Amino acid sequence: MDAALRADLIQVAYLVAAFCFILGLRWLSSPRTARKGNLVAAVGMAIALVATVADASVETYVWIALAAVVGGAVGAIVARRVQMTAMPQLVALLNGLGGGAAALIALAEYHRESASHAGESLPPVLAVGVMFSAIVGSISFSGSIVAFAKLQELLPGRPITWPGQKALNAIGAAVALGLAVYASFDIADPLLWVAVAIALVLGTAAVLPIGGADMPVVIAFLNACTGLAAAATGFMLDNTLLIIAGTLVGASGTLLTKLMGDAMNRSLANVLFGAFGGGGAAQATGASGEALPVLEISPSDLAAQLVYARRVSIVPGYGLAVAQAQHPVRELADLLGERGVQVSFAIHPVAGRMPGHMNVLLAEADVPYDQLLEMEEANPEFPQTDVVLVIGANDVVNPAARDDPSSPLHGMPILEVDRAETVIVFKRSMATGFAGIENLLFHDPKTRMLFGDARKSLVQLVQEVQAV
Amino acid sequence: MTEELREGLPFVIQLTVFVLAAWVGIEVISKVPQMLHTPLMSGTNAIHGVVLVGAILVLGAAAGGGFETALGIVAVAFGAANVVGGFVVTDRMLQMFKRRPDPPDGEGR
Repeated sequence: MDAALRADLIQVAYLVAAFCFILGLRWLSSPRTARKGNLVAAVGMAIALVATVADASVETYVWIALAAVVGGAVGAIVARRVQMTAMPQLVALLNGLGGGAAALIALAEYHRESASHAGESLPPVLAVGVMFSAIVGSISFSGSIVAFAKLQELLPGRPITWPGQKALNAIGAAVALGLAVYASFDIADPLLWVAVAIALVLGTAAVLPIGGADMPVVIAFLNACTGLAAAATGFMLDNTLLIIAGTLVGASGTLLTKLMGDAMNRSLANVLFGAFGGGGAAQATGASGEALPVLEISPSDLAAQLVYARRVSIVPGYGLAVAQAQHPVRELADLLGERGVQVSFAIHPVAGRMPGHMNVLLAEADVPYDQLLEMEEANPEFPQTDVVLVIGANDVVNPAARDDPSSPLHGMPILEVDRAETVIVFKRSMATGFAGIENLLFHDPKTRMLFGDARKSLVQLVQEVQAV
Repeated sequence: MTEELREGLPFVIQLTVFVLAAWVGIEVISKVPQMLHTPLMSGTNAIHGVVLVGAILVLGAAAGGGFETALGIVAVAFGAANVVGGFVVTDRMLQMFKRRPDPPDGEGR
C-alpha cells in the first residue's frame, strides 16, 4: 500500500475511534445504555490499536506484542478476579498505570531527542507536551499508587502529616517545574529524570496526608490528571486521537472532582492541602458536652418496629463496605418489601471511597437501581419515613453540617435523616467518624444505637424479621 | 528529529482539537447520574489507556536503542493493563446494574 494512503487510512481509523469514545461516554451516562457504551468505547480502542500497529513508523513488533500480551493478560486477570468491595483500589491502580505509561513515553521521547540534539532546545510544543506528561503523569502514578495502598490498607487510611508539609510540597513543585523548563532549553537526559523523581515524591507527599473520606475527590482528580497527561502525549507525538481521548477523560475527571467537592462543600485545594481530620479539624471534638445519653435498641425490638413501619430508608456508608454487609442488607430490604414495607436506599454522593461507590456495592448484592435514591430525591422523603437505618455512615448524616456554623463540616450537604420518625444507627462503637467530629445525631432522643459489626447485626436482624 | 512519528500538525490545529474535545467531554458527561459515577470513572480510566497508542508508536520506532526499548516495553505493558483491565472491570460492574424485575411503575431514572 502506498504510504500516503496508509497514513490517511490510519487517520480515518483514529477518527472512527474518537467517535466511538464520544458515543461510548454518552451511552455510559444512562443506566440503560451504559454497558453498550463501554463496549463501543472498547471497540473504538481496538480500532485505534490496530491502526497504530499498521503505522509505517512501527518497525519492531516482537517487543510490542510481548509487552501488550503480558500487560493485557495481567489487566484482564486482575479485573476478573477482584472483589467488588476492592473496586476503589483497582480503579486507583489502573489510573496509576495510565499515568505511568504517559510519563514513560515522555522520558523515551526525551531520551531520543537527547541522542541527536543534546544541548539544543526542544521545539516549544514538543517541550510542553514532554514536560507536562512527564511531570503530571509521574504525579498521577505515585499518587494513585499511594491511594491504592491506603485503600488496600497497606498504608494507614488516616491522614499522614508532617511539619512543613505544604511548604515542602510547594518547594518540590517549584523545583520540578524549574528543572523541566531548564531541561527543555538544554536537552540533557539526567535533568528530566531528576524532575520526574521529584514529581514522584510530590505525588506521594500529596496523597499521604489525605484521609479516607476524601478519597472520592482524590480518585476523581487523579483520573483527570492521567487523562490530561495522555492528552499531553498527543501534543508531543502530534497524535490527534491521543489529544481527543485524553482530553475527554480530563474533562470528565475534572467534572467528577467538582461534583465530589461540591458534595462536601470543599474546594479541591482544601482537600489536597487541608489534611482534613488531622490537625485542623480535631479541636471541634472538644466542643460537645460530655456524657450525653445514648439509647440502644436490640435486634428483636428493631425487627418488630421495621415490620410494622410503612416506609423504611437505608443510608449506607463506607462501614457497610468494610463489613461486607451488602448481601444481608439486601436480604433485609427484600424481606421487608415482601411484607409491604416501602424500602429505599438513600445515597450520599461521597459515601464510600470513590464516586458512586455505594451504588456499585449494592448493585453487586442485586439491589435494583430504581430502589436507590440520590440525596436530592431522598431528603424530601425523610419527614414521611418511619425508620431510617444508618449503616456505617457518620459524617454524611451529621446535622451539625446543617445547624452548627462552628463545625468543620458546616455547609456540607447531608442526608437529613434526623427529620425522620426514628433513626437507627449501626455502629461498631461510639468512636467519632472519620473527621473526628462528634455526631449529635447519636444523642438525639429519636435515635437508637445498634452496636456491633454491621454484617452480624444485619444477619441477626434478618432472622428476627423472619420470626416476627 | 523524529518526524516519522508525527503527523506534522500545526499547534493551532492541536489546540482546536483540544478545546473542542474538552467541550464535548463536559457536555456529554454533565448529565451522568450518581449511580453511574463509578462505571463512568472506570470507563474513562480505560479510555485514557489510549496512551497505549503512544507507547506502541514510541516502542515501535525505538530502533534497537536499549534504553528507549526498555522504557517503551514498560509503557506498553502499563498501557495494555490499563486498557484491558479498565474495560473488563467496567463491564463486570455494569452487568450488575439491574432494574426491579417487574416494575409496575414504568418511570426509570
